[in-house]
Amino acid sequence: MSVIVRTLPGAEAGPAPPSALVRGRPLRHPGVLFGTVVLTVLTAMAVLAPWLGMADPLVLDPVQRLRAPSAAHWLGTDQVGRDLYSRIVHGARISLIVGITVATLAIAIGLLIGLVAGYVRWLDAIIMRVMDGLMAIPAILLAIALIALTGASLLTVVVAITIPDIPRVVRLVRSVVLTIREEPYVQAAIAVGTRLPSILVKHVLPNTIAPLIVQGTYVAASAILAEAILSFLGAGIPPETPTWGNIMAEGRIYFSVVPRIILYPGICLAFTVLAVNVLGDGLRDTIDPRMTKRV
Amino acid sequence: MRLYAFIAKRLLATIPVMGVVAVVVFLMLRLAPGDPAAVLAGDVASPEDVKRIRIALGLNQPIHTQFVIWIGRLFRGDLGTSIISNVPVTQMIQQRLEPTLALATTTILFAVVVAVPLGVLAAWWQGTWVDRAVMAFSVIGFSVPVFVLGYLYIFSFAINLRWLPVQGYVSVSQGLGPFLHRLILPTLTLSVLYIALIARITRASVLEVLGEDYIRTAQAKGVRNRRLLIRHALANAAVPIVTVIGLGIALLIGGVVVTESVFNLPGLGRLTVDAVLARDYPIIQGLILIFSGVYVLLNLVIDITYTLLDPRIRY
Repeated sequence: MSVIVRTLPGAEAGPAPPSALVRGRPLRHPGVLFGTVVLTVLTAMAVLAPWLGMADPLVLDPVQRLRAPSAAHWLGTDQVGRDLYSRIVHGARISLIVGITVATLAIAIGLLIGLVAGYVRWLDAIIMRVMDGLMAIPAILLAIALIALTGASLLTVVVAITIPDIPRVVRLVRSVVLTIREEPYVQAAIAVGTRLPSILVKHVLPNTIAPLIVQGTYVAASAILAEAILSFLGAGIPPETPTWGNIMAEGRIYFSVVPRIILYPGICLAFTVLAVNVLGDGLRDTIDPRMTKRV
Repeated sequence: MRLYAFIAKRLLATIPVMGVVAVVVFLMLRLAPGDPAAVLAGDVASPEDVKRIRIALGLNQPIHTQFVIWIGRLFRGDLGTSIISNVPVTQMIQQRLEPTLALATTTILFAVVVAVPLGVLAAWWQGTWVDRAVMAFSVIGFSVPVFVLGYLYIFSFAINLRWLPVQGYVSVSQGLGPFLHRLILPTLTLSVLYIALIARITRASVLEVLGEDYIRTAQAKGVRNRRLLIRHALANAAVPIVTVIGLGIALLIGGVVVTESVFNLPGLGRLTVDAVLARDYPIIQGLILIFSGVYVLLNLVIDITYTLLDPRIRY
């Protein structure tokens, strides 16, 4: 598998892209700016949802089934008369919680395992074989199998999405560690008798921060997608909770009559993931130019 | 001779990988909270049902004995029996193989045919609107969920324009025309993610090659652009592109599960979802093993193909 790492080229190879001009000033990069603005607005709406004066996302109103958008219901109602706009805004909460939690957990656990793999030589081979094995299992399959066994809840969904993401973080951290430990300044630190924990914290860890922030955004984007896919397949967060995937799953039967129940949450989902991905690409260009060599 | 040694080494390297997959799949059920037999039996099962499942799966024996028995059966091609229908898992997988194989084949072919030229053009016209359009498509393709795209297509091409059927599958044995007709929308849906991935990496690796001295030399001696791009640039950029086609299979497998659900194709993806909803664990185990095995095998084939594609690679 080391062959793969060696032969992958940079995503931005060739002459310096225009983004090189804004290196070191992330917010001047159009992608970073776009992503930050979209995500800030979305987070504000999700956090403030209970105070925005919307209808309750769970209240049924059988008389108002499948109504077209109106002043009372901005995006219309669903098959049991619940307010679609309110359900979508509340669904954003789940997506953001899942994205942030999975990224944090995967980075934290992956960082720890990656540091061990990079520094404890005899454990390296064992850890990397296990990671290779985990990476061979398609992520969505691993996640739905874990959820099928443990039962569906927000916690199990987060854990099930996190596990397949860990090997990618481990490989990234390990590759940084292996590069850094050969650097002259680290060799010098070893030569003057600096202890291992001190070397890890002072020299190795700071070098992993930029690539991990970038990797974290990609993990968050794929986690938001994965949660929606699991909910959509009926193997995710229980259907009574409004999540984008659940709203779309319920809208399937009415799709030919009222496509908006699937289309609106779908557009929100795509737009959110796009914002996170664009933010990640922008951060890669601005704070971590070396990352381009690792894809 | 060195080639054979390399192939042997790569073959050996797949053993620990598949070993880890087998252990993970095996342990998943045993490490889940609660009594796995009760979990599998469901909420309405009687104590007799639970006992029957425990004995059927060998869950009443020590864990290492269970593992040895389970692995032994795997090597004899026995993936166990469905808890719900009592049909052998291998037989259920065989019955559902055709739609998935068909969808995967059309998707990979279509994606490569579209994505590689897109990537090459984007690299050649770097910085122009062509490049920006390809890159924008690539970022958007990564972000739009497969099922949202599927419903968008159904809404536009099947419901509004009535060009194509909404859902369903016709076996190739009932005629190539109807078979392909029903695969168009699923293929278009599933391939977008894959096209985005391949186009991006093609652009990057062709760009890298275009910066090399031998390209300038070829240009200086008057090699035409088309020949330069295909014979000199693309041929030298092929290895990373083929790698990503192989690694992307993992994404494709996840996408197959979703696409088959959206378009109601009776393939392995539908089988997976149905098995998960019914908690038919032997089927889930079998499917994970098969999908992971295919993924590892394809990447093995690709690693070996390198040596044929690129004589510079020596192991």
